[in-house]
Amino acid sequence: MSFVATPQSMHFSEPLALQSGASLRAYDLSYETYGTLNADRSNAVLVCHALNASHHVAGVYAGQDRSEGWWDNMIGPGKPVDTNRFFVIGVNNLGSCFGSTGPMHRNPDTGRVYGADFPVVTVEDWVNAQARLLDALGIATLAAVMGGSLGGMQALSWTLQYPSRVRHAVVVASAPNLTAENIAFNEVARRAIVTDPDFHGGHFYEHGVTPKRGLRIARMIGHITYLSDDVMNEKFGRVLRSAAEAVNGAARLGNARDYQYTTQDIEFQIESYLRYQGDKFAEYFDANTYLLITRALDYFDPAKAWGGQLSEAMKRTQARFLLVSFTTDWRFSPARSREIVKALLDNQRHVSYAEIDAPHGHDAFLLDDPRYTGVVRSYFDSILKEAT
Amino acid sequence: MSDQATMETIARLVPEGARVLDLGCGDGALLDLLQKQRGCSGYGIEIADANVLACVQRGVDVIQLNLDEGLAMFDDASFDVVLQIDTLQHLRNAEVMLRETARVGRIGIVAFPNFAHWPNRLSVLQGRMPVTKRLPYQWYDTPNIRVGTFKDFEVLARKNGLKIEDSFGIHEGREVRFAPNLLASTAAFKFSR
Repeated sequence: MSFVATPQSMHFSEPLALQSGASLRAYDLSYETYGTLNADRSNAVLVCHALNASHHVAGVYAGQDRSEGWWDNMIGPGKPVDTNRFFVIGVNNLGSCFGSTGPMHRNPDTGRVYGADFPVVTVEDWVNAQARLLDALGIATLAAVMGGSLGGMQALSWTLQYPSRVRHAVVVASAPNLTAENIAFNEVARRAIVTDPDFHGGHFYEHGVTPKRGLRIARMIGHITYLSDDVMNEKFGRVLRSAAEAVNGAARLGNARDYQYTTQDIEFQIESYLRYQGDKFAEYFDANTYLLITRALDYFDPAKAWGGQLSEAMKRTQARFLLVSFTTDWRFSPARSREIVKALLDNQRHVSYAEIDAPHGHDAFLLDDPRYTGVVRSYFDSILKEAT
Repeated sequence: MSDQATMETIARLVPEGARVLDLGCGDGALLDLLQKQRGCSGYGIEIADANVLACVQRGVDVIQLNLDEGLAMFDDASFDVVLQIDTLQHLRNAEVMLRETARVGRIGIVAFPNFAHWPNRLSVLQGRMPVTKRLPYQWYDTPNIRVGTFKDFEVLARKNGLKIEDSFGIHEGREVRFAPNLLASTAAFKFSR
């Protein structure tokens, strides 16, 4: 049982200028903090979230079963990022559907729910908003900024947007931009949502419906890409659902059972799994948020302003880096992390890089692997050593 | 070969303040020593998870890479010194990596077990592969896939057009300048392109 976390919210009335040229007149950010900020305010760690996560990084909510934060295995008292020693901040990004201002909230300019009118937000915009939260919390410099996947992109962007405010960046299973294939997966997911008749051009709230079909398919696609072929075969193989549902041992031979010869019913166990994940996701996730967050992924490309030269872009960084990738992660492959490593080497920055030989694909960044958690733990230990 | 005396002998070959790339850096002890005692900076390259962890624990920058995949990540002459300490004998592409070492570093320093050390010769004369303090493995379980001698390396360096700036043997942590091919368990070379 983990510790009890308490979500908080902060209102910002100063408009936030966005990369697109639009601005948010006023907004709220949901966040949580764990641990204690030390006297010289030097032990703050900001944790940035990925696609479907939130400010609830660690701990549980009082009286709620199974309410562990999304990185509870990594962050907490005695965990690799030890909240007995670090002051950890989780913040929900703008455009999300978990508390911070997003498409389901009312636009102060029109009085209407934003829906599709919520401005496009980028990784850089999120980082700017996070920086304002830190200002309000009285934190000038982060001991570390940390994130996986899209969260890793934010950590990377921190070192470029606010180089002097970040001492360390821990970037896990991330990339300096998305490949065409990656954008393609996002686009399929977005089209599934946008073409759902219940989407209503993004203003479905007024119609009292949600585009669940689109969200389900978006999630199913996502799930396929977060796993590796090996792990999917190991977990599901060609097992038929009829066999998986049978309880006695003899039914393990169910692979050899007759097919049902149906095109629309669930036949294979993997189908059942994907549908379950899709259904679950469609119940709690917002369709406009999905569009916004996948777009933020697509747009992130810090080298773009430097003619595609990441090494040029990284000249501004001052932080020390730890990068981690996973060998079977084909959505954010080790090669992409190595591009970041190379750009840091080119600039003679401090960087360590661990390439973990894990079977779990992109999902590995959320799982417990002692090689992975061990490196993160040691890295954070070394941060403390340098501070003293 | 992590004993202190040997490490310090090798460290003396590295100029003060040099930017160093240590190929197969193990637990990072040598880089740590170079940083603390000689004001050097740089990175270690390691493939083994446990060694990567040990480096991070020490606060030595380490990049996890398989050296058999080459050094494409590193530009020409981007380091003052590239080290290959007890690494060469594990490399499938030992010759390519020697050239890569000379390409990436202005100076290359290589040390490896000298198979021509006299106890090894004696053992082979008696018909058995040597098992010594320096080569502690049996022939069937040794991780050393390249066994070469001090003289062999001179030939390989010449073949690749490398300029040997210094070479000597190391035994029990001490430099061996006289007949190193016979009297030293370790061969050490400092070279440039």
